[in-house]
Amino acid sequence: MTLAPPLDGRRDGPHGGQRDGAGRGRFRPAVLRSPLARYLAARLLLVLPTVLLLLTAVFFLMRATGDPVTTAFADRLTPAQLQQKLHAAGYDRPLLTQYLDYLRQVATGDFGRTATDNRAVGEVLLTYGAATLELACWALLVAVAVGVPLGALAARHRDRAPDAVLRLAAVLGYATPVFFVGLLLKLVFAVGLGWLPVAGRASVQTELRLQDLADPTGLYLLDALRSGDGAAVADVLRHSVLPALALGLLLAGVLLRLVRTHLIATLEAEYVVAARSRGVGARRLLTRHAARPALVPVVTVLGLQVAGLLGGAVLTETTFEWKGLGYQLAHYLTVRDFAAVQGIVALFAVVVAVVNFLVDALAALIDPRVRY
Amino acid sequence: MSDRPAAPDRPRHPAAPDRPRRLARLVPQRVRGSVGLQRAMLLTGAGLTALLLLAALLAPWLAPWGHAQLQDGGALFGSRQPPGPGHPLGTTAGGYDVLARTLWGTRTAVAVIGLSLLLSVLPGTLLGLFSGYLGGWADRLLVGVADALYSFPSLLLAIVMSVVISGGRSSLVGGLTAAACSIALVFVPQYFRAVRAEVLRVKAEPFVEAARVIGTGHLRIMFRHVLRNSVRSLPLLLTLNAAESVLTLAGLGFLGFGIEPNSAAEWGYDLNRSVSDVTSGVWWTALAPGTATVLTVLGVTLLGESLNDLADPRLRRRRAPAASTSPTAAKEPTRA
Repeated sequence: MTLAPPLDGRRDGPHGGQRDGAGRGRFRPAVLRSPLARYLAARLLLVLPTVLLLLTAVFFLMRATGDPVTTAFADRLTPAQLQQKLHAAGYDRPLLTQYLDYLRQVATGDFGRTATDNRAVGEVLLTYGAATLELACWALLVAVAVGVPLGALAARHRDRAPDAVLRLAAVLGYATPVFFVGLLLKLVFAVGLGWLPVAGRASVQTELRLQDLADPTGLYLLDALRSGDGAAVADVLRHSVLPALALGLLLAGVLLRLVRTHLIATLEAEYVVAARSRGVGARRLLTRHAARPALVPVVTVLGLQVAGLLGGAVLTETTFEWKGLGYQLAHYLTVRDFAAVQGIVALFAVVVAVVNFLVDALAALIDPRVRY
Repeated sequence: MSDRPAAPDRPRHPAAPDRPRRLARLVPQRVRGSVGLQRAMLLTGAGLTALLLLAALLAPWLAPWGHAQLQDGGALFGSRQPPGPGHPLGTTAGGYDVLARTLWGTRTAVAVIGLSLLLSVLPGTLLGLFSGYLGGWADRLLVGVADALYSFPSLLLAIVMSVVISGGRSSLVGGLTAAACSIALVFVPQYFRAVRAEVLRVKAEPFVEAARVIGTGHLRIMFRHVLRNSVRSLPLLLTLNAAESVLTLAGLGFLGFGIEPNSAAEWGYDLNRSVSDVTSGVWWTALAPGTATVLTVLGVTLLGESLNDLADPRLRRRRAPAASTSPTAAKEPTRA
């Protein structure tokens, strides 16, 4: 009997611990001037090690596969000549020296030159990055335009026919490789019906025309608009439809499921039930009461999907010969062009890290509970 | 020692889910316990998965030709022959039989699924267990690494890995290992995160403390008490992993970092070859391998999801007195 109180006390221990996450905010505010600023600063600091880690990993992994000089000339040069070339390119130095050199370069914003076609990596990134950015924007547009309304629809008609159909469609969207979707779209709309172009970012005439612009941004739609040529704009748009659909539908499936799950969860929350009992209509419940809390996890996971979006972009670009970073990455990988691959991977890492940071910041802005 | 219960491997705690049942018994059990749409999804998933396994098992008898066969009795099959007698689904640009390559491809898919599961579940779970249970700086470091890997495009990791392992393209064993390792690299962090989170939760439970009070060693607590109660979310992750490995293999093959066509039949490679076919209106080379990929991923995903859905209400009911867990984003499939 005397043992009972301490045991009870102990049992409370872990429970108290579990609530720690929620309770922490209550204990600390006095210390923190601006919780939001502090949270964002801490979060921003996490971006650096992530990028550094990925750079390091890719550097050593790529070195483990061999070097571009040997890949290119192994069967054409004598060992001595090869050695000379390796020495000239600096590939015979100790790995650690090369690594530190590389980090120093990157820190100053110099990504070096590509080994195979001798272009500045920075310039490669800019040129092809614009193409990938354009594709990603289109895809996001398609994903949000398709995924969010359909997800809300599924949540509203939960467990009834529309929900069942939409959920199956979402699973099917997940199960279909993005390049197969691309091929099917091509077969039907480009080859079968002949409505849209088969591949590329624009027709040859348009590309030539856009290159003549004084200061091309690389974003074809923008450039076409600036050129003031209606035909060019239409041409760029027509070329964008199928790639955007292929990549966008992939994301739309994920988005649909996310929106549905989280809307249903918040629709079941007590405050929503309370609002319903006060006579708030179904539409208003959905758009006003349930949407905002459901938005946080959706935005967060959508941020994580940027990684998926970039991966999907590599495949989509290859399918549609969309000359972006992914298309180039696949090319540079096959020829073992370290500098180019590292540059592209570094850019992807930075983009992912920064987007994740922005997403967390956005989540903190939407929902104060996030900033603890 | 003597006061220990006869069956010490059964931690008696209300929060502990039942002991993992055998998968073979799990599916029929779930079918009985399901209705309507969920039952249809479960049956479809189980059916498609069974079909995949069956096709992989019986490929030598089902397939009309070998996966790398170009001729029959001295007569070449011919390139891009439309579907017809002898070649029900036509031939590819390289002169292979489409049906044969699609059927043989099931073997590659099953092999990669198996190998990648093996390579990701074990290290991921163990790392998660040790990291979560022991804590400290190693834990923090691992979490950082896992987060970095997790946030990076998985397909790119896979490509870099496969280039590292096999120099891009290779034999059956090399290609399979490369694909499986690349997929493992992507999934180890996911198992790690899932298991670690659960371990942190379970570690604080009174029964762990009770075990420590009676003098149980740390290793025994980890494997007997904590691990068994921390693998709840693994089944869903397993099927996701399986689905993702098929997709990653196809993606690698499609980009030209997969398995060589005469080493094994691989759908991604065939789809890559069919890109130019599609442009010239040849539809049959893309359709079969693509559909096979979709059906495989669909089957595994549906099976895992419906099993998870059906297990969920039971878990929720049992854990009702405790705070209800918020739906976690980690359960949503992410995909490259």
